[in-house]
Amino acid sequence: MGEVVRRYGPWLSALIVGLVGFWIVVLVVLPQLMMVDFSFRPMLPPAELGGPQDVYTLRNYETLWANTIHRSIFFQTIWASALVTACTLAVCYPIAYFMAQVADRKTLPLLVLLLIIPFWINELLRTFAWYVVLAFNGPLNWLLLSLGLIDAPERWLGTPGAVILGMVYVYILFMVFPIYNAMESLDRNQVEAARDLGASWTRIHRRVVIPHAKPGIAVGCIMTFMLAAGSYAVPSILGGPNSRWFTEIIYNWFFEGGNWNQGAAYAFILLILCVGFILLMMRLFKVGLTDVAK
Amino acid sequence: MSQDVELDRVTMRFGEVTAVRDVSLTIRAGEFFSFLGPSGCGKTTILRLISGFMEPSGGAVRIGGRDMRGIGPNRRPTALIFQNLALFPLMTVAENIGFGLEVRGIGAAERRRRVDALLDLVALPEAGRKKVSELSGGQRQRIAIARALAVEPSVLLLDEPLSALDLKLRQHMRAELRAIQRRTGVTFIYITHDQGEALTMSDRIGVMSGGVLEQVGDARSLYDAPETAFVASFVGENNRFPGTVAQLDGGMAALDTPFGRLVGRNPRGVRQGERAILFVRPERLAPAGNPPAGAPPAGNVVESRVTHQDFEGAFVNTFLEGTGSGPIVVQTPHTGAPPPVPADGPARLRFEAADAIVLPAGGLADERG
Repeated sequence: MGEVVRRYGPWLSALIVGLVGFWIVVLVVLPQLMMVDFSFRPMLPPAELGGPQDVYTLRNYETLWANTIHRSIFFQTIWASALVTACTLAVCYPIAYFMAQVADRKTLPLLVLLLIIPFWINELLRTFAWYVVLAFNGPLNWLLLSLGLIDAPERWLGTPGAVILGMVYVYILFMVFPIYNAMESLDRNQVEAARDLGASWTRIHRRVVIPHAKPGIAVGCIMTFMLAAGSYAVPSILGGPNSRWFTEIIYNWFFEGGNWNQGAAYAFILLILCVGFILLMMRLFKVGLTDVAK
Repeated sequence: MSQDVELDRVTMRFGEVTAVRDVSLTIRAGEFFSFLGPSGCGKTTILRLISGFMEPSGGAVRIGGRDMRGIGPNRRPTALIFQNLALFPLMTVAENIGFGLEVRGIGAAERRRRVDALLDLVALPEAGRKKVSELSGGQRQRIAIARALAVEPSVLLLDEPLSALDLKLRQHMRAELRAIQRRTGVTFIYITHDQGEALTMSDRIGVMSGGVLEQVGDARSLYDAPETAFVASFVGENNRFPGTVAQLDGGMAALDTPFGRLVGRNPRGVRQGERAILFVRPERLAPAGNPPAGAPPAGNVVESRVTHQDFEGAFVNTFLEGTGSGPIVVQTPHTGAPPPVPADGPARLRFEAADAIVLPAGGLADERG
């Protein structure tokens, strides 16, 4: 703090601290607290607000356990998000390894550019592009038909596969870059040393590359999992009745049911369970919080 | 179970650049062989060709008589010690050493026994549980050697592993490496640009320049009987007197140089009129004193001016104005008496024709340059 004042003077320091404080308190903490407050109150007509009915209750949280459909969608969302994370990792690990350890200095910028360019386009538009690709009369079916891999066009849209595919695509960068960052600092000689000592490629990755890149892999997985579990656009565009996402239910409570209290409770359950799931996974894979912070 | 390594007309090209040109050589089983040369001479490429990280563009690498083409580094009977050692920082010392054994599917108990034996060999019996980051530079060096020896290679390849150490430790590790090599009997192939390392440790040395193997021999023959101008100037200090061959007489050649006519041995058979260089070691030059009045000009006398003198402890280096290719250096032992060559002013130096060697010009870096 003293350092800030010394460098910027008292007025500018007060302004910086004040703005940051405003941002954290008014724009982050207070709305969250308000939602917490909402989630513990029943939904009442405006006339009864503050009346004898307006008491703290756990009813909104109980709804989820009572409603079997919502509950199964909830666990489906967690499971599907884990699946999205695993698929994204499977796709991104080789890309990151290639960028960090194999590609030479000349091709690397081109590779990064090729990865980033699609992300200059809005997420919604990219998802709509997949909507076109996966359509019944779309290019994917045409390709598979002309290759003779299928006899009749498949209905891809609305399936869980379409949602997972769309999400893997949307979150690639969030996985590639943390892993690439971690792998880049791996001395190429270590890979060669392991190879020279007789190790196969799988063992080199298991014993040398993955342990080194673990913090990056953890960060990538956490980001992808959180983004996937909280995703709304992809499941609502590419999904169908069989692949509903929990966020869609939260959305419905807020904007179609008009029940903010119920929606807030659902949102918090999702948040808490996601955090719990991540902590469990970190424990399982022996990743510490300090590793992630690196 | 060491094996010999045979390089048969090995050539390595990278696009337009030829890094190794037509190198043929047999490194004998159990030998300590060094490749010596300046950076970019192709010695590291040779090492990577032997270890299998590269395949030669032409020629063959044979280990124990077996052609190594198509055999990857993980399946060759070689182990490589990297310049930066490349120890695995996330594993303990014991896991590092045991890695090659783990790869070969050797059980934990047997692995522990062998790792302990190797830790004894490198004189670090207590280090097994430590992390690599807890070790000093010299200790890491030894762990890297132990890790490489764990897979019981026939040939151990070392890529300038001592270059990161300080001088005292480096000298200590030289003796250590030599002792480990004697004890294990493994063929050591050592890469270095440091001639002190190469000369003191090796049974034989191959001097490389520009991808070409210039000369192979033991330390003494490289120093006393260089075969090319490059070896003469790269191995040890040497004074150069370039000139034209004026006269041949038996095994001797006389050269017309800017310092007059100088005579030296002619092992390579330079011919009359050819451009050549006469080399004399600094310690073979001696002050000549003034000629007696009216005497005919004596042979092999060089007259020049002293520019400065360096006191090195055991000896004194006196620098004199030379030809274009650097100053003339005279090395005299420090005996306590004032040096026989004055610290400035004109000086006359002489040398025995048998101590000088005449070699064909060409092949020197600063001439190409």
